[in-house]
Amino acid sequence: MRLFIVLSPVLCIAAHLLLPLAPLREANAIDSQLAELLLVQLRLPRTLLVIGYGAALGASGAALQAMFANPLASPDISGASSGAALGAVVGGYWLGLTQPLALAACGAAGALGTLALLIGLAGRKADTATLLLAGLAISLAAGAATSLALALAPSPFAFYDAFDWLMGSFVDRSLAQAAAALIPAGIATILLLRRARALDLVGLGEDVAASLGLRPRQLSIEVIALSAVAVGACVSVAGAIGFVGLVAPLFGRRLSRGHPGSAMFPAALIGAILLTFADLTVRAIPLDRPIPVGVVTAIFGTPLFIWMVVTMRRRLTA
Amino acid sequence: MTSLEAHDVALDRRLLPTSIEVPSGQLVGLVGPNGGGKTSLLRALAGVEQASGSVIIEGEDLDSAPQARRRRLLSFLPASRDVTWPIAARDVIALGLEQPDEERIAEMIALLELGAIAERPVDRLSTGERARVLIARAFAARPRILLLDEPLSNLDPYWVLRFLEIFRAAAGSGQSLLVALHDLNLLPHFDRALLIADGQIQMDEAPANLMVSERFGEIFRLRGTGDGQWKIRPPADRQSSR
Repeated sequence: MRLFIVLSPVLCIAAHLLLPLAPLREANAIDSQLAELLLVQLRLPRTLLVIGYGAALGASGAALQAMFANPLASPDISGASSGAALGAVVGGYWLGLTQPLALAACGAAGALGTLALLIGLAGRKADTATLLLAGLAISLAAGAATSLALALAPSPFAFYDAFDWLMGSFVDRSLAQAAAALIPAGIATILLLRRARALDLVGLGEDVAASLGLRPRQLSIEVIALSAVAVGACVSVAGAIGFVGLVAPLFGRRLSRGHPGSAMFPAALIGAILLTFADLTVRAIPLDRPIPVGVVTAIFGTPLFIWMVVTMRRRLTA
Repeated sequence: MTSLEAHDVALDRRLLPTSIEVPSGQLVGLVGPNGGGKTSLLRALAGVEQASGSVIIEGEDLDSAPQARRRRLLSFLPASRDVTWPIAARDVIALGLEQPDEERIAEMIALLELGAIAERPVDRLSTGERARVLIARAFAARPRILLLDEPLSNLDPYWVLRFLEIFRAAAGSGQSLLVALHDLNLLPHFDRALLIADGQIQMDEAPANLMVSERFGEIFRLRGTGDGQWKIRPPADRQSSR
């Protein structure tokens, strides 16, 4: 486990920075400074974003699942990612914001809005079916609102422009953009991780947690706000990427012996690994234009999600 | 010595202001009709809900006790036996402790005969097995006060009697227990019985006195037949129940 913790981020960073090797080698053959430029200016922001976004998705997914006491809660299914996309679109194409940090704030606000709506609609301890339906309704509404905002946007290129990042893209992101996403997301993720023990105790039921002196309601507000910041900031820079926040916690709990709160840390590592592989897949596909990362995670995630639904069917119909 | 002192604890519309004192080492049974307020009283005492009034345990105000101290003061077992997550039984017991303590966990596993299922995830256990694991969690930190909501439901007869022994032993070591229960025939195992209905304590007596009183029968809409059995009161009689 310790080896995994130390090695996985290092391997992810190395693999993502260096693969594919050929362009680096060619650049190095021409001029070693060119290779350095390629590595630091082009690849490093992308690598940092991929690792950070994956970790934020894993940790906030695990936190939301712990809080809702439901293994199907996650940034995408709760509508948080769609809300963040809507927030970023409104900020970018309607309010004319260009500062990455301002857009990140819009993304966080959008995610926060959808999560608040979900709680209002389904309640904090909703059963699986209610949670899924409410999340689906909110996601669909946010998706439609995003399309509408793009269709009616002052700029006629908004739709085409947004397609590039809405489904998840890490292409050509600057270090400033990476920082705008990762600094808030990183702080929020660390604050989430500090609540691991509390969320483990909430796993025994809110009443038990409250009798131990915790404040479950306050904790859930914190979890929602922190997850919204973590996911919202990343979505505003790299688009909405599905399934990682759903799947990573599932494997994270395997490593935390089932504890929902302690699963956040391994889920963050696994999220980073999953997104690294997804983005490397995108890079490896020889097309003249990049396919969105969200498409790759969906292709791999959908069968897993179906498997989860099938194994949970007993609970859904009960 | 008084272990638990509650002054005017109340929950909106469910529990009228209630004061109660429980000496250390006392085993208290809570009985009453469904919806009468047993669970509300336990929740208010455990601080699960923001109740008005004050709860003092061993001279310490529960509201101002730090988390680590709270575990030594009280523990609460809710009536629900649901656990969402696949946590091993042993780990559930460990969650009852502030610091990891393998010796204490092993002790609880032995006491509640959980050896064979200690490594199994609780969400896969039967309701009765899960109850034993959750009760072990509640006892693990050796709290001064145990607030147990229907710990004896869904248990086989062996475990009902075994738990009564365990409760008695805990009381013998100075812990105080408030136990909500439905099986009136178990009341004689307790030192003191509280009858709760309509959101307040209606009677506070030794179990033997309580069970033969007219008011007890009225509130439960039952009539004792004298041989440990109960009969439903005829409808005319039931009208005047409260």
